[in-house]
Amino acid sequence: MSSAEVEEREREPTGAAHGGVSEAAAESTFHEVDDRERITPAIEFRNVTLAFDEQVILNDLSFRVQKGETKIILGGSGGGKSTTIKLILGLLKPDSGRIIVDGEDITDYTEAQMMSVRKKIGMVFQEGALFDSLSVYDNVAYRLHEQNVPEEEVEQEVRRMLRFVNLEDAIDKMPIELSGGMRRRVGIARALVGGPKIVMFDEPTAGLDPPTARTICELAIKLRDLEDVSSIFVTHEMNNVKYLTSEYAVVNDDGEIVFEEEGQRLCLTNTKVLMLRGGKIIFEGTDESLHKNQDAYIQRFIRGH
Amino acid sequence: MNFALRALLEVQETTLLAARAARRLFRRPAYVPEMVAQMDVIGVGSLTIILLTGFFTGGVLALQTYPTLKYYGAQDQTGRLVATALVRELGPVLSGLMVAGRVASAIAAELGSMVVSQQIDAMRALGTDPVRKLVAPRLVALIITLPLLTLIADGVGIGGGWVVSTQFFGLGSSSFMAAVWDGLTTDDIVGGFVKTVAFALIIGTVACQKGLSTEGGTVGVGRSTTTAVVATSILIIVADYFITRALQLVFGLPTG
Repeated sequence: MSSAEVEEREREPTGAAHGGVSEAAAESTFHEVDDRERITPAIEFRNVTLAFDEQVILNDLSFRVQKGETKIILGGSGGGKSTTIKLILGLLKPDSGRIIVDGEDITDYTEAQMMSVRKKIGMVFQEGALFDSLSVYDNVAYRLHEQNVPEEEVEQEVRRMLRFVNLEDAIDKMPIELSGGMRRRVGIARALVGGPKIVMFDEPTAGLDPPTARTICELAIKLRDLEDVSSIFVTHEMNNVKYLTSEYAVVNDDGEIVFEEEGQRLCLTNTKVLMLRGGKIIFEGTDESLHKNQDAYIQRFIRGH
Repeated sequence: MNFALRALLEVQETTLLAARAARRLFRRPAYVPEMVAQMDVIGVGSLTIILLTGFFTGGVLALQTYPTLKYYGAQDQTGRLVATALVRELGPVLSGLMVAGRVASAIAAELGSMVVSQQIDAMRALGTDPVRKLVAPRLVALIITLPLLTLIADGVGIGGGWVVSTQFFGLGSSSFMAAVWDGLTTDDIVGGFVKTVAFALIIGTVACQKGLSTEGGTVGVGRSTTTAVVATSILIIVADYFITRALQLVFGLPTG
């Protein structure tokens, strides 16, 4: 806290005594509301359990994703990672437990009620899940077309989103003409239309070459650091974890976005790792403590042997 | 799960889907462009096979029945036989089967692939109800185009019968047409229409339900497509019997 701020705080009670009560009170309430808004987790799972027939997919899962936080969900195949994401979108319903999205308990929501919740959430699917029958433009514009937004606004927004993922040239192509990495990026652009404050990535880098995978991670970092987006990033690749937990995006003096490594100047605290195995959380915390963890499975997962 | 229970479950799922599609039809936004596009794909696209099926069915009817009728000295009734057989039975059923083969497979395959490639999930995630966007337009398109296609098949079929009777057997054109007009009643036409609407409902709901419940990757898509065609075809033939019986109860037994 700077000395000026300290001085101001000390002076405050005096001001109140001189009849400035209402003003000070109003100000403090405003801050409180703002803080409460900030404290409400973006996503919260409370003792969520889900089973298909005899097979238990998620077993008493509880965790929170705070506003502006990126939660990396790690785990092997069949660990319940994609299921977790589907639960948040309401594509599946849990057998028991509560799911709270942005302060709303969505557990018992009907499909119609879910539609309004889904508007707050951007979802990036494993292979992009682009609509084959629509061009890149129409794919990205999908949400806006559904809401009957005027075409000029749609085009402006679509171009802005495609610039964000660096794919403006592909605007008139069909999904079938795109490479795997481009399809993922169009999927990201489509998810970001309408500026959702929660974005979920379902293994966005699976099957991509390292430079392309890196580009996808950079997009996630940009969203976290420059757009204040809360996100869930499901992956099983350790280099994704490394990028997301050790680098941050800033705008430099020339107005360009650059990526810097955490170090002396700054330590990233807004990205946490959650590890699932057999539908249970076996680790939750920072990447540093993940690497220090002595659990044999976690060590094998990190080292790859 | 045993077979009977599974079949019952399928019936329940399909009925629920039809009910959901019907309810959502009147909610905004109405997907009119999608409906028009589907009518083009389903209706205009099926025109060729309907024309060919209708023409040759009418032709073969005349070919088979003329000699028999002649044996009884009733060959001038060929037109009546061709027309009633087509309008009451063969028109609706054959059009239904042809459209089931062409459209039910296409719908099940398309929706199935969309499920497998997570496009349906993506659609829901983007805030669109797939039942409204995909199922309802297809159902409406089928219900509007299948009766029209059947009407065309009936007409072309009578034409086929006329060609065979007059050109091949040398029956007089006017006596053929007089028998056609004499034989057809309003009940026949209404009955044929009721059947086609029912068949359209069967094709649309079963194919969409099969497509949307696809599981297990590309193999699953193949399985859904096959079941959709087989189930709709059988249901059409079974439904035809019961609708015919029901119509007889309503209109009374046909006299002609």
